Amino acid sequence: MVRVLKLELRGITKRFGSLLANDHIDVVVEPGQIHCLLGENGAGKSTLMNVLYGLYDPTEGQILIDDAPVSFRGPGDAMAAGIGMVHQHFMLVPVFTVAENVALGAESTKAGGFLNLEDTRRKIREISDKYGFDVDPDALVEDLPVGVQQRVEIIKALVRNAKVLILDEPTAVLTPQETDELLDIMRQLKSNGTSIVFISHKLREVKAVSDTITVIRRGKVVGTADPSAATTELASMMVGRAVNLTLDKAPAQPQETTFQVRDLTVIAPNGTHTVDGISFDIARGEILAIAGVQGNGQTELTEAILGLQDRVAGSVTLDGKELLGRSVKEVLHAGVGFVPEDRKVDGLVGTFSVAENLVLDLYDKAPFAKGISMSPAKVLENANSRIKEFDVRTPAAGAAAGTLSGGNQQKVVMARELSRPLRLFIASQPTRGVDVGSIEFLHRRIVAERDQGTPVMIISTELDEVMELADRIAVLYKGKLVGIVPAGTGRDVLGLMMAGISPEDAAHADNTRTGAAPSGSATSTATAEGGDHA
Amino acid sequence: MSTTATSPLPGTPQEPTEALELQATSAKPVTWKIPVLLGALGIVALVFFGLMAPNQAATFGISTGSDFFQLPALQINALAGGIVLSVLMLGLAAYSVYLKTKDRPTPAWVVVAFIVLFAAAFLVWVVGGARTPSISLAGLIAGSVTLAVPLVFGSLSGVLCERVGVVNIAIEGQLLGGAFTAAIVASITQNAFVGLLAAALAGALVSMVLALFSIKYLVNQIIVGVVLNVLVSGVTGFLFSTVMQEDSARFNSPPGLGIIDIPLLSSIPIIGPILFKQSLVGYLMYIAVAVVWVGLFKTKWGLRVRAVGEHPQAADTMGIKVNATRFWNVTLGGAIAGIGGSFFTLVAIDSFTKEISGGRGFIALAALIFGRWNPIGAFFAALLFGFADNLQSIVTIIGTPVPSQFMAMLPYVVTVLAVAGLVGKSRGPAASGIPYVKG
Repeated sequence: MVRVLKLELRGITKRFGSLLANDHIDVVVEPGQIHCLLGENGAGKSTLMNVLYGLYDPTEGQILIDDAPVSFRGPGDAMAAGIGMVHQHFMLVPVFTVAENVALGAESTKAGGFLNLEDTRRKIREISDKYGFDVDPDALVEDLPVGVQQRVEIIKALVRNAKVLILDEPTAVLTPQETDELLDIMRQLKSNGTSIVFISHKLREVKAVSDTITVIRRGKVVGTADPSAATTELASMMVGRAVNLTLDKAPAQPQETTFQVRDLTVIAPNGTHTVDGISFDIARGEILAIAGVQGNGQTELTEAILGLQDRVAGSVTLDGKELLGRSVKEVLHAGVGFVPEDRKVDGLVGTFSVAENLVLDLYDKAPFAKGISMSPAKVLENANSRIKEFDVRTPAAGAAAGTLSGGNQQKVVMARELSRPLRLFIASQPTRGVDVGSIEFLHRRIVAERDQGTPVMIISTELDEVMELADRIAVLYKGKLVGIVPAGTGRDVLGLMMAGISPEDAAHADNTRTGAAPSGSATSTATAEGGDHA
Repeated sequence: MSTTATSPLPGTPQEPTEALELQATSAKPVTWKIPVLLGALGIVALVFFGLMAPNQAATFGISTGSDFFQLPALQINALAGGIVLSVLMLGLAAYSVYLKTKDRPTPAWVVVAFIVLFAAAFLVWVVGGARTPSISLAGLIAGSVTLAVPLVFGSLSGVLCERVGVVNIAIEGQLLGGAFTAAIVASITQNAFVGLLAAALAGALVSMVLALFSIKYLVNQIIVGVVLNVLVSGVTGFLFSTVMQEDSARFNSPPGLGIIDIPLLSSIPIIGPILFKQSLVGYLMYIAVAVVWVGLFKTKWGLRVRAVGEHPQAADTMGIKVNATRFWNVTLGGAIAGIGGSFFTLVAIDSFTKEISGGRGFIALAALIFGRWNPIGAFFAALLFGFADNLQSIVTIIGTPVPSQFMAMLPYVVTVLAVAGLVGKSRGPAASGIPYVKG
């Protein structure tokens, strides 16, 4: 009864000017399968899916549905052909209700073009009941948690009778528990005859749910793999060389505590408390990682320490000196190194050269400046040594920083911040959008900074990264500190904490759920690389 | 009026924490702004309109001669009336303060009631102090509606454009273009209806230029709008002096659109003349407000339009043609503003003069914001501005102690207060003013 559909992409090429985003890609999505497109950020997965969804015209190549070539002039055509897409950044109108969002573009109407939202609500409830989504059709989308918004997106596709559902990096914004729920939903959809194209770079999830894996690197298909393949094998296919996914890191040797945060509160212009009474310490020679789902106060926390936030209360001391209320420049001079979460916006000046970007914080100091004049020779000299030290792949020190790849841009930022003697190092999302090869390098540098005796604070929404780097883990939820737990705390416990559950309750819930012996809170489960999470 | 709770000094963590806790509970905290503003205005009203009012009776005529039953004129002692009204206002302000202490927002009806009371108190004070302390309330209100007609059309144009994501600064140009075209076409054809149609076309044409440049060529919408205003003003001014004035009998004497008096209904006191004694353009205004409101909020078209203005990418991924929707909506908005412009030359005055729209396009823009991008809200905001406009001319005629220059400022003061003070952080369509580029 259910019409199942076979989807084939044949020789898809997509060019943006001189950039070749997709190079003769062939993918066959068999009916009723979960087909994973695995690849690093920037490998061309999303471009490919936007071609499939009719948002981009392919430069070359064909889309075939049930072996018949089709051409989509827009998303409308793709949807009519039975293809639905959940974008990485949700395509929901925040001020509309769930029903209005679902209706949009496929409205049920009464005579005269009047909306029949009751009909849409009925459809939403049907789907919501069938899959246990628990979505209220009359809720405003902006009031819903991210996980529920994602379900609204899935409902949108299902209401339009999607037979193939494209999920573009769907787990990027979810807590581990929400991710597990999503994987369950995907399996349920599959058993109901919906094929799924699952785009991801997270190996564990890919292995947990896929039937087939197609690996894409630099716009090309480099092979297919079976989900039972080893994690290291998948990683090396994705990256193009053997990678060492585990970080060799000696146990921390914490010394005296020099960085203290007490009752730090940040108030947003609309009056909400984005950071709410947080207190913690970091000792010299220790990495504290701040975990949490994006948007739980991480940005504001780092900005408050740096002096970029206006409405703050509490106290932040470094080496006994108060940092709050000082200018950014004074904070930097106190010895704070800072890698901001968005390097393109806050970390670099894209149109400036790599050499200039490397002295953005020191340009007015000797040896780069003398009186009112700068010394270009010294700036260049500095750049060349940093480029070598950090292995920045750039055509020249004079190349515009914006033209570098994400990983190399991040190396430039990191090289600049680590080139001064530091009393505190803060790195926000140090490896976001960075290729696996560079991640390895950046992580080693962060650990090296710790081993030199600098207190290090890492903010990351990637749980794998947190677990790998941290000596202690602090979890933020809605601006509050849920708790600080030792490294080696289980992924499930951390996941529950990321949903606001206290460490004790989380450990307890996890023990009862898994039926594990109550052998203490920090049950050291297999780490990210351990393998199957099934 | 900002409390320590909202801006604690760095390094002083102990003192504000309790207040902080209180605010943290609601996502959109209640501010002191409205309670304080209402309180201050209430005190101003008590001092000026109450305690300093002349002890003289102000007379307000309610019925006009043609009404089928006559209501007696209202006589109010300016001193007593002013005190009573300002005490009521202070009561509302106190209620607002009370709500604030309970961390609840001031409801809209309190603000509306306050505005009505304030206007009433002002009226009593101004009339009571005049040389001839008597005005016709019916005439005042009917005149307000008349003056509001082009504003309503203009703000509807703005609503249609902004709801779809294009800022329409060119309302002034659309009104002026409509006024000019209506005058010249109606004069040549000697047919006011043809003039009306031509006005709509002229407004649409101005809008199409705006749409073309802002949507297809991604030129800054504000700049295109401003340039269009200057362009239309220049072109109509030039044609007025070179063509119209040369032979005004042929080119600048349009037959007017008369007042259509609906028998019986128009004789109801006060609301009769407002609703049932209007020109064709006046009736069209009521129809337009209703149609635009129903269209935007109850139809498939409206859902798509609003989606395009809020999140064009979402609309695009749902198969809606974003830029086409924008283009036609902006064009429709221009046609509506054009009809509003025809009011100047076909109804209000029987000829065109330079700059006849006199900046009302900008007031319409304010009405649109004050009305929170809602056709009905914009309608009432336009009425308020029309009222202020009419009041200043009537009050100047009856002679008041306030210099007429100050009274002439009234509509603009009301505009500024309304937009800056009372709207607060109202949220327009999220994508308004941002061109949509695929990919």
